[in-house]
Amino acid sequence: MSEKYLTRSSAIASRLLGGEMMVMSAVDSTFFTLNEVATVIWQAADGHTPLSEIVDRVCSEFEVGPETAANDAERFIEELSRHGILLVSDFPQEPSSSPPMEAA
Amino acid sequence: MSQSQAIAIEIGGHPILLRTRDDAFRRLVAERYAGFVRPSSPKCSFEFEVDLLTTPPEPSDEDVRVDRRGASWRLRRGDFQAEWDPARGQGRIQQTANPYSIDSVLRIVHTLILAREGGFLLHAASAIRGGRAFLFSGVSGAGKTTISRLAPPDATLLTDEISYIRRGGDGYHACGTPFSGELRQSGENCSAPICSLFFLEHGSENRIEAVTQADALRTLMRNILFFAEDQELVGRIFQAACEFVERVPAQRLTFLPDARVWSMIQ
Repeated sequence: MSEKYLTRSSAIASRLLGGEMMVMSAVDSTFFTLNEVATVIWQAADGHTPLSEIVDRVCSEFEVGPETAANDAERFIEELSRHGILLVSDFPQEPSSSPPMEAA
Repeated sequence: MSQSQAIAIEIGGHPILLRTRDDAFRRLVAERYAGFVRPSSPKCSFEFEVDLLTTPPEPSDEDVRVDRRGASWRLRRGDFQAEWDPARGQGRIQQTANPYSIDSVLRIVHTLILAREGGFLLHAASAIRGGRAFLFSGVSGAGKTTISRLAPPDATLLTDEISYIRRGGDGYHACGTPFSGELRQSGENCSAPICSLFFLEHGSENRIEAVTQADALRTLMRNILFFAEDQELVGRIFQAACEFVERVPAQRLTFLPDARVWSMIQ
């Protein structure tokens, strides 16, 4: 199976608030609250970390099997990419010149 | 040709100078914004020429649209058109001689001014008590006017509809606004540091419950007035809302429509 690479859209704003990752699309103001697993995937979506490595990270952090983690990741990626806030590619991406708006 | 008349409306410490050739319209604005009119023409960072039309520019029920065209913002609704260049501080409004169009333009311009400073306009009543400001936020019907009507004599009402939130070096301040709801009464033109944000709900008892920062952000974002279809500005509003809920305690206030609820707010 070919590898996938995830990149956060530059047209979003996000912030970790009270332990929850809040993400808002700056295009249509759609609002998302990510659970812990989704937050790990979101934070690792840097364009050059392979999805398989992200799934391994989820397995070790949350003590879930690889199949469950991969299925959860697929669902999460499908939903966010449908809204255009997560981009999926078959190749590693160069760092964007306009990174997402994110605050500590 | 008649002489241009100027009137400065100062809300939240931001004076906006309106120039019109129609003295009757100037008087209408002065009456509408009584309490917020600067007594003498000050140096204003923001100035608008108001062109009065005999018919609306686009007679329709069109919703408000705000977008950027080059360096300027373009504001449009069926009953008005306006352009504003924030860098030059100058703009032009086209509308008929009515108070509702100018009111909408001022609200929109203030949302744009505040967004640059980390502040915002919020669907909320607000009042000062004991030198501290309390915000009561909610959608239409949540109880903003009701809680305002129940306010005790020692509370200073800033608005029953649209709260003006400014960010300063020492935190957030709520400022009075002339933007009123069902109370049909301007707020007092003063300000105070914000102590607490309450999300209003009608209920069978008076009760205050904590809400998480994430819940506070979700609700706050629904209640912030924001019109511009602009990615950068949407991002700024989001960050401003995040920083606000990190610094200002937010709670859910369920209340009965009687004055005892105010014993919990001090």
